[in-house]
Parts: sequence; structure tokens; C-alpha cells
Amino acid sequence: MIAFDPYAIYSLWLREMIRFFRLKSRVVGSIAPPFFFLAFLGTGFSGMASRVPAGVDYINYLAPGIIGMTLLFSSTFAGMSVLWDREFGFLREIMVAPVTRLSIVLGRTAGGVTQAVIQGIIILIPGIAMGVKIKGLTGLLLSLALMVLISATFIGVGLAFASRMKDMSGFSLIMNFMIFPVFLLSGALFPVQNLPEVVRVLSYIDPLTYGVDALRGCLVGANSLPLMLDAMVLTGCCAATMAIGAYLFETSDVD
Amino acid sequence: MEHAIETRGLVKRFDGLVAVDDVNLSVKRGEIFGLLGPNGAGKSTIIKMLTTMLRPSAGEAYVWGHHIVRERDAVRSCIGVVFQDPSVDGKLTARENLDFHGRMYGMPGAERKRRIAEVLELVELSDKADVLLEDFSGGMRRRLEIARGLMHRPHVLFLDEPTLGLDTQTRRYIWDYIRAMNREEDVTVVITTHYMEEADNLCNRVAIIDHGRIVALDSPTALKSMIGTDTLTLEVKDGMERLRDVLLGFEWVRSFDASNGYVNLSVDSAQSRIPEVVLAACRAGVRIRSVSVHEPTLEDVFLRYTGRSMRDETVKGDLVRALMRR
Repeated sequence: MIAFDPYAIYSLWLREMIRFFRLKSRVVGSIAPPFFFLAFLGTGFSGMASRVPAGVDYINYLAPGIIGMTLLFSSTFAGMSVLWDREFGFLREIMVAPVTRLSIVLGRTAGGVTQAVIQGIIILIPGIAMGVKIKGLTGLLLSLALMVLISATFIGVGLAFASRMKDMSGFSLIMNFMIFPVFLLSGALFPVQNLPEVVRVLSYIDPLTYGVDALRGCLVGANSLPLMLDAMVLTGCCAATMAIGAYLFETSDVD
Repeated sequence: MEHAIETRGLVKRFDGLVAVDDVNLSVKRGEIFGLLGPNGAGKSTIIKMLTTMLRPSAGEAYVWGHHIVRERDAVRSCIGVVFQDPSVDGKLTARENLDFHGRMYGMPGAERKRRIAEVLELVELSDKADVLLEDFSGGMRRRLEIARGLMHRPHVLFLDEPTLGLDTQTRRYIWDYIRAMNREEDVTVVITTHYMEEADNLCNRVAIIDHGRIVALDSPTALKSMIGTDTLTLEVKDGMERLRDVLLGFEWVRSFDASNGYVNLSVDSAQSRIPEVVLAACRAGVRIRSVSVHEPTLEDVFLRYTGRSMRDETVKGDLVRALMRR
């Protein structure tokens, strides 16, 4: 048997996709909050936000941040689905199959990333309707790649927690505790340069800061850090959280 | 390799508590092997170790010739498992659940399609193939899990309490499916149960387990014959002495115990001796009020080896479990 089993990865991915398209209410539920953020903040703050980087209006600044938010929320949910599978016993069906744990982690990640990116693209559509001007096709394609990196990073975090926690209420508590600081510190809504110095330091250890900045650069050309730096930090974070998540999942007990 | 499963000194400890204690057993190829014992006896823990879900604390075991720790992946590819608790995806249809399973076991598309039709036919769920599992009843879900366990043509199929919580009729159907697949698919079956009738009806050989140890292992018939013969119980009004003399005159009466107006006779094939006993009593002028026959059961075997009744413990265990499920 091989460590990397494309057929099994495909099987796990396919299952996630069937579930995703079958549970439409869940999709609507996870798209709605970022959509409201985008719609209300984008229109309400349009005249007031004068200190965003010159040359872009607020909706152009905000939309990439909201895409980052969508990816963050959707990705941590992938960890939740591990807990659901444990609760409903399906995890055992997966774990007793002659498939390496690495393939299982990759299959789950592939499913979670696809779902997150689909949601990220969905949120871009009302953004364009509200006046977001996309720089070009290359930028759009690059931002798709960034979306994959961002969601994989947080799926790794979700997997890590889900592997070590048994109950769902505890998991959602920890995730909420983590999600909001990560979201607010990332500069998705406002430039991190506006934050007090102490808080700004925290912003720079938040992986989403680099993700949102890179998305901004690729989509509307309004990055405040060098794109290369963003990409490198993001890739590093993604590799690290995926490795930790995979390790903890591999060594977790099924029962 | 002649055995489907072989264990040597298998031990599992949880925080100092010994769940499985020095278990040695071998399961022959092609047989239906039962692990019978009350809840908490260690049956499921043995199954979990043999299916690579748990590592043993000590000892060794081989499934289809593969070591359960060193060759986990090889073991996984030659076994099928039907877990005690539900393990299907309710948001997928029966066909999608089986399709997922087939892919995970590397079955190509055409074979998967053919095999799904076959196993659904076996458990009589062909007309429910495109129904979501969350709309299945408990019995249907169980049948689908059995079908899924068979789907990839395993050499050994493990069934952990396959009829737990099912009604009598569904239980009998499931026994039929298990027999049919054992015969038609030539699969070795290992089944855990705390239902005596199940072990008695279904298994070629049964290991009785208590406190993590095997206390007896043989065919149900051989186990029961160790207990001895049938018991014929007579309720007698009077004339006990005369009855004793008459009945001990028959060579087929092995023993005669009288107490409180009841007589217990040890007799082979007791049913067919009732007329002779009643007739003899009449001739001797002894009035018999009632006659009852007791054939040895695996329950008696359990009682003999452990000094406790399994039924009592099981009922209590089921109650606790039922309460916990709410």
C-alpha cells in the first residue's frame, strides 16, 4: 500500500462534495454572515473610511478582507466535520479502511478547501456588484491559489483541535475564541497600521493578515506588504498547521 | 496457514483495569465463530484489537496470517467490520455509502457497480438503494452495514453485536443473511453477542468470555452436553417413595432428586420419555400434577463456569445502555 492514495483521497473529497451540495441550508448559513458584513460595512462606511491606502475606496479594501473571513469560518468548520463523523460513527468506517492516515487527512483537506474556495468565490460576486474592480485575470487566478493556501492553513488548525477534543460544544467554544481575534487582527475590516503598537504586533503573528493583504494585492492592487513576503509567510504557516493537524489526527484515538 | 485468526496471550489493559486477560484462541477458516459473554466481558475489546482499532498491551494475534500490529494495513485489507454502533453517513444514500466504501478499498468502477447490486440483493435492500440512510429504520441500517462489510469480499467478517436492539423478527432475518453469506461468499465470520440463542443458533463454535478470559470454548452442542442431559421435572402429590422405586427401575433414568413435592430426573431426550414416566406413575398409583422439560442451554454453561447467571447481568447492562442512549 502506498502512503498517498489518490483514489481514496478522491473518495473522501467526493463524499464531502455530495454532503456540501446536499446541505444547502448550511451553505446559506455560512455565506450569510460575511455577506452581511460586506453589504452593511461596505455601504455604511463608504464615505467615512478615509485612511485606507490611497487610491482605493472602502469597498475595494473590504471585499478581499471579507473573502478572508469566509475562508476562515468555512475552514475551521472542516474540523467540526471530523467531530460529527466521530459522533455518528462514520469515522470508524474511514479508519478501518486500508488507507493511510495521510491520505485521509489529504482527502478531508481537499474537501474542506474546495468548499471554502467555492464560498469565497460566491462572496466575490456581490462584491463585484457593489463596485469592486478586479485588476485582471492573472490577479484573479493568483487569488484563487491564495484562497487554497489560506483555507488549508485553517483546516490544519481545525484538524489539530478536532483530533484532541471529543466534544463538539468545547470545540465550537475554542473555535469562536480563536476565530474572532484572528479575523479582527487580520486587517480585514481596517488597516492594521491604525492599531496601537502593542496590538499591531499581534496582527503580524496572525497568518490571516498576510492572506488578506495578498488577496488585496492580487484582486485590487492594494497590498501594504510586499506580495512575495505575504506568499512566503502564508506557505510556511500552511505547511506548519497542516503538518501539526495531520500528526495529531494520525495519533488520535478513534474511540 | 490454516487458521483465519490466531491469538497468543492477548492482553488489553486500560489504566490498570484488565479488559482482556491472556486470550488464546484460533478461528478456523470458513466457520462462524462466536464470542459470547455479558456486557463488559471484553468481547468488543478483542474485536477492536483484531480489527486494528486498538493496540494490545501484550501478546500477539494474526488475522489471515497478518500480524495485527506490524501489518495493520494488510490486516485491514482482508477484513470487513460491522461495528456495534451505527457507522454510516446519514446524508448519503445506500448506494453512495457503498460506493464510498468500494473506493476506499480500491475497487474499480465496474466491479463496484456489480458488487453493490449483489450485496444489496443479499440483504434485500435493492429497492432502497437511492434512499438517504437517515431515513432507514434500525434494522435496515444494520442490514446495509452487513452488506457494506461484505462488499469488498473480505476473508474475515467481524460482527460486533449485530442484532443488538433489534426486534425478534429482524434478528432472525439477520441470522439468515449471516448464514447465507458464510455459505455463499465463503467468508469466515466472527460474531460477538450476549444473546444465548444467537450464539446457539448461528455459531459453529463458541468461546464463552467472562472478565476478559475465555472460560469455555467448543461447539454449542458440545458445551451443552458438558452440562449433562435434559432435566424432567415432575410435580407429585404423594407417593414419592413408590415413584422412586418405579422410575429408578428404568435404565434411562440417570438420577432422581426429590424435594418439596418436586422430582428432578436426569434423562436423555426428555420429551420422548414423558409418556412412559406418566404411565409408570399411574400404574404405581402416584398422581402427577405437572411435567416440565428443561434442556441445557448456553446459559447453563455460563452459570456452570462462572457461578453467575448471564441473563441477570445482561438485562441490567441493557437497561443502563438504553438509559445512556437517551
